[in-house]
Amino acid sequence: MIRTPTILAALALAISLSGPAKSAGDGVVDIVAPFEIKGMDPTTSGDVFLRMGIVETLVEADAEGRPIPALAKAWSLSEDGKLWTFELQPNARFHDGAPVDAKAVANALEIARGKPGLLSKTPIQSIDAVGDKQLTIRLTAPFAPLLAFLAESRAQVLAPSAYTGSDVKAIIGSGPFKLTGFAPPQSLTVERNPDYWGAKPQIEKATYLSVSRAETRALMAESGDADYVFNLDPASRTRLSKSNKVKVLSVSIPRSVMLKVNAGRDVLADRKAREALSLAIDREGLAVAVLRYPAAATQLFPPSLGIWHDKDLPPLAYEPEKAKALLAELGWTPGADGILQKDGKPFALTLTTYPDRPELPLIAAVLQDQMAEIGVSLTINSTNSSEIPAKHQDGSLDLGLMARNFALVPDPIGTMLTDYGPKGGDWGAMNWSNPDFDAALSKLTRIADAAEGAELRREAVAAIQNDLPVIPIAWYQQTVAISPKLEGAGIDPYERSFGLDKMRWAE
Amino acid sequence: MIRLLFGRLVQAALVALMVGLLTFVMTRFLPGDLAYRIAAGRYGYDIVDSAAAAKVAAELSINQPALVALGQWMFDLVRFEFGTSLISGQPVWEEVSTQLGHTLKLAAVAILLSLLIGPPLGILAGLRPGGLLDRSLILISTGMRALPQFVVGLGIIIIFSLTLGLFPVAGHDHPGHLVLPALTLALGLAAVSNRVARDAMRSVSETAFYTFGRTKGLSEWEVFRGHGLRNVAVPIITYLGVQFVYLIEGVVVVETLFAWPGIGHALVHAIFGRDVPMIQGAAFIMGLLFVALNALVDALCHLIDPRERRT
Repeated sequence: MIRTPTILAALALAISLSGPAKSAGDGVVDIVAPFEIKGMDPTTSGDVFLRMGIVETLVEADAEGRPIPALAKAWSLSEDGKLWTFELQPNARFHDGAPVDAKAVANALEIARGKPGLLSKTPIQSIDAVGDKQLTIRLTAPFAPLLAFLAESRAQVLAPSAYTGSDVKAIIGSGPFKLTGFAPPQSLTVERNPDYWGAKPQIEKATYLSVSRAETRALMAESGDADYVFNLDPASRTRLSKSNKVKVLSVSIPRSVMLKVNAGRDVLADRKAREALSLAIDREGLAVAVLRYPAAATQLFPPSLGIWHDKDLPPLAYEPEKAKALLAELGWTPGADGILQKDGKPFALTLTTYPDRPELPLIAAVLQDQMAEIGVSLTINSTNSSEIPAKHQDGSLDLGLMARNFALVPDPIGTMLTDYGPKGGDWGAMNWSNPDFDAALSKLTRIADAAEGAELRREAVAAIQNDLPVIPIAWYQQTVAISPKLEGAGIDPYERSFGLDKMRWAE
Repeated sequence: MIRLLFGRLVQAALVALMVGLLTFVMTRFLPGDLAYRIAAGRYGYDIVDSAAAAKVAAELSINQPALVALGQWMFDLVRFEFGTSLISGQPVWEEVSTQLGHTLKLAAVAILLSLLIGPPLGILAGLRPGGLLDRSLILISTGMRALPQFVVGLGIIIIFSLTLGLFPVAGHDHPGHLVLPALTLALGLAAVSNRVARDAMRSVSETAFYTFGRTKGLSEWEVFRGHGLRNVAVPIITYLGVQFVYLIEGVVVVETLFAWPGIGHALVHAIFGRDVPMIQGAAFIMGLLFVALNALVDALCHLIDPRERRT
């Protein structure tokens, strides 16, 4: 039976549900970002723990990507370049009170090395605790980028009590904030660590919420629900930057959109054919129309990648007439339908891309149009991101449009080695090799001299610019929306930290 | 009543079997390499390469023949063994039951809200068919039902959160977070239930017994309570059963928009990450839930309508 009192009771319940509306002003910094918390293991969501300041790595990176002390106070390298010695911070403690000693660090790094991650790709022979606060890493061959690899989120140092075997059962770090609540996949809460060894943060509490829809994130920033909103879509960015309710910050990050080219295909084997494709792309128009910021790539690495960006390199140009001339030189003639032909075969390629980054299929459509201008026919296959590495492996890829992050570690050398080595890489070159480039890259892993390193990097970057094993298209910008009540907030171009430790509430 | 519940039990078993089979076949036929997709779900696509995919394939024995895998899955299912999530490594049952709790809370509030909005308006409209209320309701209901929930949700956020500042946009830590997603679902449900209530009320109010109630001098409210309510309630509640489909489809969109950690949201992410045990577990539970809710609707109608009890 439905009676009036039942309805009234239901109404009362519904009204009682309307709790306090706003969470701002409660002294808690609410951070919103798209990344889901997949679990406790550092290989899956370690980046979130690092960004929230819960865990730390042995080495940090400054704004230019240079290694700076973190849990390691200082380090030195032996003459032969194979033995690194690290001095640990004397007063560092884990959140459970245990000291951050050499044994604990060695244990954490050994476990990290056994799991998928960049550390598993370094030539490490052994990691040993030699003293209470002294740790050595012995290498089988000199490997200069080791410091950058140790700064990766998956090389985070957890307390010995955090592990059961190699499984992570609790997040016990040593950072300026400690974990107080954990609700995967969506949220976690942290509190200031009163015993932190370094500079004490001013913020007392913070929450992290994973919100996958960009529209929702932008609305949360606008309504004041969130104080620090990471990653805005182009339309919301334009709208929010006109609003006085939030501050919008943008920084160019070491992530590039590019076309992966299978240089093993007949039609793409000649360097001139790849150059023609590159010359057909109006990068500036494309960046403004699709990404809505001036982000046309003039070379592979954006200026934010400091030491890898060569400002003297002649920029990639947009010259469709020259592109047509180059293809004519190679024997291509326009057919009746405007598509180039040679020996009765059309210049037709399949472009594989993925919608995980919503701008990629849009860029693909623009490229299809611009390629048609020079008589190249593209078929777009927008599918799952894993199709690019899978098709790289079975050799069936023509072109792949992708976004590549060069700052998995603060020095892109790690990414360069996996992507542009002699055999190419899933997310890099395909059937391309250049002996000078290989020599430069291999030497880079061995030398520590800054000037010599700069010269080698210049050579490597010039080789890619000349040979075009990948065709750079645009550089990304990262955008955050910040509450005007929050001061000292910024964006880390290496996406390692939300900068909670530097934030404070405006008076 | 017992026969009715037994029928539903048989139905539940059949649904379990079908969902089990279908999810297995469908996850096998999803495009993309399984091992790559799982590795991408686990480690993020920036980090996925052939080495990581090969490791995943070896760990999960992905390359075993389909029939062997199917047999294993059905055997596990019978024992209610859903395995562990390929992405998080947590037992599927643990994850699904937490998410299910969130979803049920959202669904319950949504149904409650929809019952408060839809049927009362529908009944009022049904008492004066063709009146101003009736005509404006048909317009609003059609519009509400035609709009995708995503758009309705955004509209609600803009009105209640940005403009009025009454409720938070998204999150899940206090009850206020429940209101906007529940309202989004409720409006969709009420858009239909008010039409059902209106038609039911109209046909009841045209019957001889209802007219007699009026002519014998009862007030409008007394006639409705004595002769209308029970008769109108049966089609409204029966229709709720049909609406669960809309609700289940709705939570997928609404949970993602409002960052609500429910089973719909989990299902979407499991499908993107090819987390096969999670897809199977979530679909299985949702299938059973559907049967259970329909059984509940049957039981309710049985209680309300005395004619059913006599048969």
